[in-house]
Amino acid sequence: MESGTIKDHAELAADFNKDEARVDWHDETLWWIRQKRDKSVHQIPEWEALREMGSQIKNNVLANLDKYLLQFEANALANGVKIHWAADAKEHNQIVLSLLREQSLSRMVKSKSMLTEECGLNEYLEHNGIQVIDSDLGERIVQLAKEAPSHIVLPCIHKKKEEIGELFHQHLGTPKGNSDPQFLTDTARAHLREIFLTRKVALTGVNFAVAETGEIVVCTNEGNADMGANLADVHIASMGIEKIIPERRHLGVFLRLLTRSATGQPITTYSSHFKKPAEGKEMHIILVDNGRSEQLGREDFRNSLKCIRCGACMNTCPVYRRSGGHSYHSAIAGPIGSILAPNLDMKKYADLPFASTLCGSCTNVCPVKIDIHDQLYKWRQVIVKNGYAPETKKVAMKVMSWTLASPTAYHTAGKAARLLLKYAPFTVNNKLNLWYKHRDMPAPPEQSFGEWYKANRNKG
Amino acid sequence: MTVGLFIPCYVDQFYPGAAIATLQLLEKLGVKVVYPQNQTCCGQPMANSGFEHLTGGCNDLFIKNFAEFDYVVAPSGSCALHLKQHLHDESQPEVAAKLRTNIYELTSFLTDVLKVEELPARFPHKVGVHQSCHGQRGLHLSQMSELVAPGFSKPGRLLNMVKDIEIIPLNRIDECCGFGGTFCVAEEAVSVKMGVDRVADHLQHGAEYITGVDMSCLMHMEGILNREGSKVKVLHIAEILNGE
Repeated sequence: MESGTIKDHAELAADFNKDEARVDWHDETLWWIRQKRDKSVHQIPEWEALREMGSQIKNNVLANLDKYLLQFEANALANGVKIHWAADAKEHNQIVLSLLREQSLSRMVKSKSMLTEECGLNEYLEHNGIQVIDSDLGERIVQLAKEAPSHIVLPCIHKKKEEIGELFHQHLGTPKGNSDPQFLTDTARAHLREIFLTRKVALTGVNFAVAETGEIVVCTNEGNADMGANLADVHIASMGIEKIIPERRHLGVFLRLLTRSATGQPITTYSSHFKKPAEGKEMHIILVDNGRSEQLGREDFRNSLKCIRCGACMNTCPVYRRSGGHSYHSAIAGPIGSILAPNLDMKKYADLPFASTLCGSCTNVCPVKIDIHDQLYKWRQVIVKNGYAPETKKVAMKVMSWTLASPTAYHTAGKAARLLLKYAPFTVNNKLNLWYKHRDMPAPPEQSFGEWYKANRNKG
Repeated sequence: MTVGLFIPCYVDQFYPGAAIATLQLLEKLGVKVVYPQNQTCCGQPMANSGFEHLTGGCNDLFIKNFAEFDYVVAPSGSCALHLKQHLHDESQPEVAAKLRTNIYELTSFLTDVLKVEELPARFPHKVGVHQSCHGQRGLHLSQMSELVAPGFSKPGRLLNMVKDIEIIPLNRIDECCGFGGTFCVAEEAVSVKMGVDRVADHLQHGAEYITGVDMSCLMHMEGILNREGSKVKVLHIAEILNGE
């Protein structure tokens, strides 16, 4: 199809790296958040035990997901909530549209939901004549810029305040050149207040859905989900089916894990429970599969569904920090996105599991102990076996494996490489050699260790 | 005790000094060391590129070369980790399993098996220690900054036995250098930027040498240092531990 014209992670990352000062700024900003996370988790001596508990609760959820989903549905229905099941993104978007059409409404306010990004909801609704305004400040900023979020917790982390000032000048009429964060935030607050007061339908995401009670919990720092949902007549909550937790008391584990991992705060400013619609109002929950059942069936990748979307793996990832969220060309960027996306479209996202050095830092910060870097390795094997490796790489790997399986071929090739470097360095030190572009080649030694050993130690 | 010495292919070809130091250091500590001359590579370059199914030849060769030894020691955390996780042989699974257990990265062999308490080494220089990720996070050679757990470092313990050495502090104590095997060319831009940043941390703190347990990370950082015209050198940890 058109995949030939789409840039892959390496190309997009190379574009991002053309402005080194910006890369430094992006890296430092996210590293600062990683340090805030470190500081806050070190205040809790039982942190590692808490991670283990979070992981085990989620393992239990995934092993019994069918049971918990039905329990959740029954309890939510009993609370007076309307439940919708969506097999994929398209069904989810159609359900949202039909709920708006039922009300004869063409405007909606939406708080942060990575699921709706995954489903492409905004584009779908706009295409159908519905105006959607994102109420999370970061999301609103990227929406004004007509961009996708570059981070699941910090959607506009790639934008400098001066750029935000310019966007607000263009769209919200602030004075040109004013990029004072307090002033811009006040402007956004006034702008969004007007939206909250006039929208009759509000869509929110879901952080946790409690099977035991049928309630959902939405975590925000801005209170924007509450403003939207409580002022509207209709509250639609969209959730991936993996958001279930068995009991309310388990929130005591997850609420502690989530924000410490995400931003270093002890807890989100607002952790709001929505259980039933207020008198005369409606509450709808859409339970979305969109590939999750398939991922659940992939034994090696199943536990990626434990993710609670804290973004810690992005903040710690040395590659993410230096390539930017958009280089992952997927709704969810970074290490977790790289193990989720190939399940949705293996061909389109075949590059993502390779956008890592497998350093393993992501796995160590993950609050629910997803073995992210091991899954990256495993996805590489699956992608190659399914034929999505570039042809040149296939040939190179075959030659390499043949050479390395034969001591004679290996010794000959090694010697040839050293001689080439020594007597004809121009054959290696040129722009066709990607190593050489910004790095010198190692100086070729007179002897390999094998040759030295033969000459010095090989006395039978 | 007889130790089979496994020298990673690129160390064999480009950094024989690191291999010689490893051999001499082990011998100095009274170990009988044999270097099987038909060895090549652990197979990691293919496996990490998604071609683990093409590593059978490397696995067979490795088992043929090393099955007879009590221990296999390699001056590399990365190759040792790959073998520990992926060395397989369907026709003799128990031999492969035994080898997976008996393969050691050099510094952990010194601290955990030989239980080295002192070394006759001296290195009067400012040294930056690079934590290679596969050794650190894969083999747990030292504590990881992400975890809430007591600190320790096997390479650090050994370096502290070296006379007159000054270990410099770093801003980011265990950030990846960006080598990453084929990542270093497949993701050239990010790989280089990671390397430039890592090297800068060492330079800023006055390092004269950068050392570590993996020559691959050091080769990548050396390439950057040399391109920048820096006088700072890289040395495998064996070369320091084996010093005068």
